Amino acid sequence: MPYDLNVNGKTHTVDVDEDTPLLWALRDSLGIVGPKYGCGVGLCGACTVHLDGQPARSCSLPVSAVGAAKITTIEGIGENPIGKKVQEAWIELDVAQCGYCQPGQIMSATALLASNPKPTDADIDAAMSGNICRCATYTRIRNAIKQASGQPVTKEA
Amino acid sequence: MAPFDAFETDRRTFLTVAAAAGGLALTYDIAAAAAQGQEGAKIGAYLTIAPDGTVTIVSKNPEIGQGVMTSLPMMIAEELDVDWKSVRVHQAGNNPAAFGRQFAGGSMATPLHWEELRRVGAAGRSMLMQAAAQQWKVPVSELSTEPGFVVHKASRKRASYGSLAARAAALPAPTKEHVAALTLKDPKDYRIIGKFTPQVSSPQIVTGQPLFGIDTRLPGMVYATYEKAPVFGAKVAKADLEAAKSVKGVRDAFVIEGGSELDGLLPGVAVIADTWWAANKARQKLNIQWSEHPTSAQSSTGFAAKAAELAKGAPARSLRNDGDVEAALKGAAKTVEAAYAYPFLAHATLEPQNCTAHFKDGKMEIWAPTQLPEPGQQLVAKTLGIAPENIIINMTRSGGGFGRRLSNDYMVEVAAIAQKVGAPVKLVWTREDDMRHDFYRPAGFHHFRGGVDADGNIVAWDDHFVTFGEGEGFARSANISPNEFPGRFLKNYRLGVSTMPLGVPTGPLRAPGSNAIAFVVQSFIDELALAAGADPVAFRLKLLGDEPVVGGPGPGGYAAGRMAGVLKLVAEKSNWGEPLPKGTGKGVAFHYSHLGYFAEVVQATVSADGSVKVDKVWVAADVGGQIINPAGAYNQVQGSVLDGLSEALHQEITIENGAVKQANFNDYPLMRIHEAPPVEVHFLKTDNPPTGLGEPGLPPVVPALTNAIFAATGKRIRSLPIRPEMLKA
Repeated sequence: MPYDLNVNGKTHTVDVDEDTPLLWALRDSLGIVGPKYGCGVGLCGACTVHLDGQPARSCSLPVSAVGAAKITTIEGIGENPIGKKVQEAWIELDVAQCGYCQPGQIMSATALLASNPKPTDADIDAAMSGNICRCATYTRIRNAIKQASGQPVTKEA
Repeated sequence: MAPFDAFETDRRTFLTVAAAAGGLALTYDIAAAAAQGQEGAKIGAYLTIAPDGTVTIVSKNPEIGQGVMTSLPMMIAEELDVDWKSVRVHQAGNNPAAFGRQFAGGSMATPLHWEELRRVGAAGRSMLMQAAAQQWKVPVSELSTEPGFVVHKASRKRASYGSLAARAAALPAPTKEHVAALTLKDPKDYRIIGKFTPQVSSPQIVTGQPLFGIDTRLPGMVYATYEKAPVFGAKVAKADLEAAKSVKGVRDAFVIEGGSELDGLLPGVAVIADTWWAANKARQKLNIQWSEHPTSAQSSTGFAAKAAELAKGAPARSLRNDGDVEAALKGAAKTVEAAYAYPFLAHATLEPQNCTAHFKDGKMEIWAPTQLPEPGQQLVAKTLGIAPENIIINMTRSGGGFGRRLSNDYMVEVAAIAQKVGAPVKLVWTREDDMRHDFYRPAGFHHFRGGVDADGNIVAWDDHFVTFGEGEGFARSANISPNEFPGRFLKNYRLGVSTMPLGVPTGPLRAPGSNAIAFVVQSFIDELALAAGADPVAFRLKLLGDEPVVGGPGPGGYAAGRMAGVLKLVAEKSNWGEPLPKGTGKGVAFHYSHLGYFAEVVQATVSADGSVKVDKVWVAADVGGQIINPAGAYNQVQGSVLDGLSEALHQEITIENGAVKQANFNDYPLMRIHEAPPVEVHFLKTDNPPTGLGEPGLPPVVPALTNAIFAATGKRIRSLPIRPEMLKA
């Protein structure tokens, strides 16, 4: 059945079964492929999007449960000044290896900084532990979050 | 130990030019056959210079997160002498006739391309200088370059590469001899190589642009799932295809007969739908019954029991037998005996296996996240009876490789489906499919006996390795080299193997062989150091000895001097020997693999409940005199180290009833950020050509951790993964 989804400030109609996870409505129906499929059960965080600014795992959220919530994906997070800073820090520190998890990491990091502008290492660990990076770029994820929040970053070499 | 020793690129090179869109297209042909006018030679472009000075460099190899799409073009750009900001990078398709072997594996991209790709750049620069010499009617010898410009100092003339490109393109191709004679830059003049250079795809990665195989979208594309038997290779006895077809959005469901080769097309049931979700839902209704299969009784516990039984007897065959181990054991001051084991492991790339294909008019076009495109093409050709020239492979970025995508099983599956469907079709595996249909790092069992003399020297070493295989053959990645350390360093050394048959597919996992062998060898060295009452670092330095290269000269030699260098450096950087609180310990290990010399120290703290916290890791690495891209280099080493810790602390694939028990990240956990310790990396620059970094940082961290746990608790970990119950106070 048809659902109206507000994604990155635009309304789209998708015609899918009610149990279709938001992730697949975004990826397959709308061609918004930044949110990634990793586990399908909310364990890895690669599919993270924001619903009204709050991080959500789109792989295990039925499209019927989204309602009128404003969905932001990695494609739209650069419109948010915090999101843009996070993206810039990610590039400058060269966080990614394969890059597959990084859209989800950036969405979680942006949500963290929106609620906690100067997170400590422990805050970062708590907020980011739902996002797996198989390449284990964790040192740089931590550093990039600190850099985006204006905190000093330890140099690697 | 490199698994790609067989991948030899032909180092003879020549260059040709072709005019392209008003610019210079410099092509580089690796195939010597072409130079000799023999068949099969085609030319592939590496380099295009547009009139506005934009330089497009082709990256020949698959990008799986190891950073070659940045580091290989950096080599060309440096010697071409251009500003990195003017460089665009274009991913090549599968075209071995033009580019030679295109693969991501064995940490080989740097060593195989260091010389050649710098010469591609230097040849381009040489042609642009010749073009300027013609234009200005001056000798080439009076010309020099600045990034993006040819300069004639005497007349103060400057011409941009963009303005010279068309004239350069009309020049005859430089000869092989000319290219070989070009003087390359002195490293002190480098502007690009050695500079921290973020990945060229970073802007797309951080904005979620389509890059990965799973992001492929084609007009009219449909989606597929493919269900295979839990027991590898079992055939479909019965499936309710009609029930699946009745699900809304489903277009078709059919059985694929498949074969019995575990790395080929296995039997299964495909469901095709308008959306992937519909295909996945319909799949639940298939109610498949699988045929009986001869390997359905295999289990991890069965393998362990069989290995223990085999270890009691003599090895089935000897791989190395130096001196007289038995006599040396009898004469030793102290002897140690220990049995080690490690489990099967999965790759768990975060992007599950997937592939897209379109079969039209007898041609199969494929969009693949693969580490080995050409063998994928061959597999599809052989399995489906399509001529290789009618199979086109586009290489997408891979969301992780780690060796998983050296197998092209998912490629042949989607090709088989596409052949039936007609429309473009994207196959996406679920995480559970991916976990249960991998090519696993083989489990293994080592039974050691060793002896030390009164002066603290190892006088005898005996390793009975029980692994998988049949007859003289090893299961894939289940082999060991007769030169494995400390072979060749000891007078009395014996390595024997016994094998068990296996019905589970195995294959290379990041640092194959090494990722397990370093654990057992460096742990047992620690046990012998303890028996000798020696410090683990000092004991290892003594074992490495004074000869700079053991077993050399040649590629098989082990540069003991280089290893001693990194071992001393890591001891110094980690403040080895400092007093530590109770429950905290440091462990050391080293390992040579993929041409890299790595020594690592782990500091770990073990709590009363047996939980392990890794406090810090120090790495000293000798990968030659030049780091190509520090941005990628440090990231690769840190990632390898954390990957190794993740394996040691968490990971195990269990076989039960011939099938894999684990399914997702709940029962096959990957390290998360709160567990990730700081990893301090030091590169020891030595006068050697640069080598790769995707793998060699991993193997030593596993025994460095288990040795640290021993230092902290007095408990020796002889079986992986490390479990709290092994360490409870």
